[in-house]
Amino acid sequence: MSEKGTVVAEKASEMDLVYCRPESLLDVRMHYCPGCGHTTTHKILMEVIDQLNIQEETIGVAPVGCAVLAYEYLNVDMHQAAHGRATAVATGIKAVQPDKYVFTYQGDGDLAAIGTAETIHSANRGENFLIIFINNGIYGMTGGQMAPTTPIGEKTATSPYGRDKKTAGAPIDITNLLAQLPGTFYATRQAVHSANAVRKTKKALIKAFEYQKLDKGLCIVEVVSNCPSGWKLTPYESNEWMKEHMMTIYPLGDIKTPSKEDLLS
Amino acid sequence: MSEVLFMKGNEALAEAAIRAGLDAYFGYPITPQSEILEYLTAQIPKRGGVVLQAESEVAAINMIYGAAGAGSRVMTTTSSPGFSLMQEGISYIASAQLPCLLANVVRGGPGLGTIQPSQGDYFQATKGGGHGDYYMIVLAPSTVQEMADFVYLGFDLADKYRTPVMILADGALGQGMEKVTFPDYDPAARKIAKPWATTGKTPDRERNVITSLYLQPEKMEELNLVLQKKYNTIRQNEILWEEYLTDDAEVLFTAFGLAARIVRKTIQLAREKGIKAGLFRPKTVWPFPYKCLNELAHQVDLIQDIELNAGQMVEDVRLGVEGATPVFFHGRMGGMIPTPEEVLEKMEANLATVRGRNGRPKEDVR
Ligand SMILES: Cc1ncc(C[n+]2csc(CCOP(=O)(O)OP(=O)(O)O)c2C)c(N)n1
Ligand code: SF4
Repeated sequence: MSEKGTVVAEKASEMDLVYCRPESLLDVRMHYCPGCGHTTTHKILMEVIDQLNIQEETIGVAPVGCAVLAYEYLNVDMHQAAHGRATAVATGIKAVQPDKYVFTYQGDGDLAAIGTAETIHSANRGENFLIIFINNGIYGMTGGQMAPTTPIGEKTATSPYGRDKKTAGAPIDITNLLAQLPGTFYATRQAVHSANAVRKTKKALIKAFEYQKLDKGLCIVEVVSNCPSGWKLTPYESNEWMKEHMMTIYPLGDIKTPSKEDLLS
Repeated sequence: MSEVLFMKGNEALAEAAIRAGLDAYFGYPITPQSEILEYLTAQIPKRGGVVLQAESEVAAINMIYGAAGAGSRVMTTTSSPGFSLMQEGISYIASAQLPCLLANVVRGGPGLGTIQPSQGDYFQATKGGGHGDYYMIVLAPSTVQEMADFVYLGFDLADKYRTPVMILADGALGQGMEKVTFPDYDPAARKIAKPWATTGKTPDRERNVITSLYLQPEKMEELNLVLQKKYNTIRQNEILWEEYLTDDAEVLFTAFGLAARIVRKTIQLAREKGIKAGLFRPKTVWPFPYKCLNELAHQVDLIQDIELNAGQMVEDVRLGVEGATPVFFHGRMGGMIPTPEEVLEKMEANLATVRGRNGRPKEDVR
């Protein structure tokens, strides 16, 4: 281990190497809370970018939310958008840089509350970029308020008696909603709480970037994630809670996959 | 010089944008400027570039934010309610120091208001509009020809200072038809390199980041100081105004855009009656030509400000005049337009009061 706690790749032979920081991830300390899914998702996103060797051709859009500082960590050209407007910013970038790989990275408040119109219309236009959607069922950055995705009955800073369906409505499954639109090419829901889940999410991200080359429409990879700080649980407890309360209303798996004809035509 | 065409102001603006090398346009329909989007959706597919009808003005300005950040020459246009919706995005663009051209073809307000022409958005345009300490360069055309000319100027200034530039027009300028010619302009020669743009991180450079977030107050103040320094340079270098018959003027009208056209007619009527009247017309309403106005103020008996609002630019006029001469305001609102005779009558009454006694007249109120 080096001083910073990362294995230095050069010191290990190819055979020994089991773990290292992706090259496209900057070697800086992240601000995320211990056990937070944002950290893992950042890392595998950059592993995928390294693996596909597209660092030079990728432009990312950071949201307003806990991932607002994503540009401090992801070593690609980055644009920080206003709250909810990441897909509009991405639309602008992709319109003038059509050969680049463009992705947005957004939380549930950003994507499914304040930015709903931009999200839906980007999908409906079949914008050819990737949305990475971190669904942690809460507003992490602002201190744990209710999100549109918060489960019924869940107590948050702004639902102190538990989310009431009558006043707040049911948690919104926006990925499913987007999958209904013809402009959405690929929609999948994954997670990063276990080694197996991480592998599947990586596969989904690889597919999504590869589909971007086909110019067939929007790809969305939802990551059901945790917020130990907002949920007031330990990292371990938060993952257990997530399995019980989040993954039951947001079941993991593909929601929309392209058919063989879609891929060929 | 190219041929003389007869066009609507909105179309002239759109045509000029294409000739100025517009790479991408994002907009949402709203009267009285929908012709711009209509013209561009017809022309751009044939002449190259991107045109996209956004789902809202909020989306449009953020598409501008993205495309400007990626290094393109971009424009959006709207009218008053739409411009209100864009304010958050404009604040981000100003903070991130991105060039773009915006136009507000103003209609009467507040609220949904009216589709008739108005100058009611002067404060919003010149005093920031969105949150935080920022300004835009604001060009105020008075003719269809200037609707076209200010597009070229606007794009060049936006690039030069890495700042949003706006055209503050109104419904009459947008809808009215006049003669227009388009100057020789070679976009390829005028566009400048944008090494800061998000075009993909090549190995020879660090990643480019477009952001307006500075969590440390020291860094946030630093950015603000950079912006203020830039605004001061613009104040020094980019002020534009027009004077009409001011050499011998005893009475000075101040007006911008459409109102200045009414005043020109009034000046003719006044001179026929032997009153030596002249016009001071800011072409940049930000930065405002305070000093040049101040010099003229010392030579005249009064200033009569005319606007299509409740008195907005008159505040800048008073700042410029610094009490050197009485300043009167007359305006109409809600799409109503004063006649040259009405303007003359107001001015004559004020002139009589000023010449009739010393000190500030009672009528010197908004
Ligand atoms: C226009 C606007 N409204 C509100 C905010 C405050 N705000 C910042 S982040 C946020 C919620 C973020 O939650 P989410 O998108 O779920 O991301 P997370 O922090 O959970 O990752 C809010 C409401 C803002 N920055 N801008
Ligand atoms: S507040 Fe929640 S989402 Fe934000 S970094 Fe902490 S754990 Fe992660």
